[in-house]
Amino acid sequence: MGEAIVVTSGKGGVGKTTTSANLGTALAIMGKKVCMVDTDIGLRNLDVVMGLENRIIYDLIDVADGRCRVNQALIKDKRFDELYMLPAAQTKDKNDITPDQVRQIIESLKPDYDYVIIDCPAGIEQGFRNAIAGADQAIVVTTPENAAVRDADRVIGLLEKDRFPSPKLIINRIRPNLLKNGDMLEIDDICQVLAIDLIGIVPDDEMVIRAANQGEPTVMNPSSRAAIAYRNIARRILGETVPLSQLDDKSGMFHKVKKFLGMG
Amino acid sequence: MAGKSHITIKGTKEGLVFLLDDRCEFVTLLDELHSKLDKHEKQFTGPIIHVFIKLGTRMLEEEDKERIRSVIRRQGNLIIQSIESNPPEADANSSAAPGLHTMAGIVRSGQTLEFDGHLLLLGDVNPGGAIRCTGDVYVLGALRGTVHAGSSGNEAAIIAASLMKPTQLRIAEIISRPPDEWTSAEPWMEYAFLRDGTMSIDKMTSLSRHRKELMQFKGV
Repeated sequence: MGEAIVVTSGKGGVGKTTTSANLGTALAIMGKKVCMVDTDIGLRNLDVVMGLENRIIYDLIDVADGRCRVNQALIKDKRFDELYMLPAAQTKDKNDITPDQVRQIIESLKPDYDYVIIDCPAGIEQGFRNAIAGADQAIVVTTPENAAVRDADRVIGLLEKDRFPSPKLIINRIRPNLLKNGDMLEIDDICQVLAIDLIGIVPDDEMVIRAANQGEPTVMNPSSRAAIAYRNIARRILGETVPLSQLDDKSGMFHKVKKFLGMG
Repeated sequence: MAGKSHITIKGTKEGLVFLLDDRCEFVTLLDELHSKLDKHEKQFTGPIIHVFIKLGTRMLEEEDKERIRSVIRRQGNLIIQSIESNPPEADANSSAAPGLHTMAGIVRSGQTLEFDGHLLLLGDVNPGGAIRCTGDVYVLGALRGTVHAGSSGNEAAIIAASLMKPTQLRIAEIISRPPDEWTSAEPWMEYAFLRDGTMSIDKMTSLSRHRKELMQFKGV
């Protein structure tokens, strides 16, 4: 029985879909059988980031409404045999599916996969409730901005109230030069406010944008710093102890994180 | 049964009212209830009688209520209609602490913690989170959100925090917005209070001068 992990954030544009795509791919690189589920109905784009848009035949709503079986809607990745995705519908909206239906679909996927990665839409309404319904664990993505941290805090509150006692945190799009000048929120300040386990920090990397536009997850490109960060997060999900220090070889400014985590 | 009786039984139009003393031990009450019912066993036979139990200011857990019910249920014709207690009225304007309630956790963005009385929070109040409380608020953690103390008009209420970095503070009707009105980045614990109708901040050690009525420690 696999584990279902929802990737959520509250605020839009912090990198939920990019994180889902890269974590899913990274876990597949490590030999795990992974299914990614896009629950952003009406604004789907996990398929675009993965470069699988032109292979969609059925979608999540078709499965929920019984127009097809879940296996018919799954798209096999073009790079990995053990990586699949279930696309969201583009023509419907979030209210056309219920949390119970999503839970059933996720439950039906879990026995066949090691990990089910659920890409959550922005917001805290029905789309959010749908996305978290079938999940066993939650990853909250934020960026080092006040607005994103505020929304992450709100979402963590909702997750804790639901049934996620310990969501994990990813701080995305860190720009070391801004951090150095004190123009960006410090990582340990964010961790102090949000008070949940940090599972990874991802530097801002132009290659992520380039890769997303080419429909090729960044994590495929080992020369990208973000790729290394995503691979490390995947290894932490698998239970390995990977220090966050990997990034400071170049920059040296993550020593505070190490200190915060007791690894320095 | 030595001394005065702790249970008074009154007959009313609706049925019997059992007035249970709220000062004695609960076990004493149960014993007395047993013996009262045994003694008057004959009077309690016959048609169904409704029973109303009044506990005074005593607050009981559900299992203790169930113990009362099981004692009375032995008398087949007695049917319990209600078990009521009147909680002691908290005087919102008195600063003499009617007891401090302790809670642990983080008040996160979008969450509001409301409480009637004095509150000790073991945890943080995050930006966007709020506490509304009729008495004092003590935060053993970082206060980054909003706190309203003395929310029912008590101007003597205070707000104390290990780290005082609030979004907004309110005491009674007074609203204060740091850093426009005051700033604090002190590493020691501070509290906010009203001085002549304006919000002031002082370090915790000054509280004993400000709050004379609190139990003070003067050394041994």
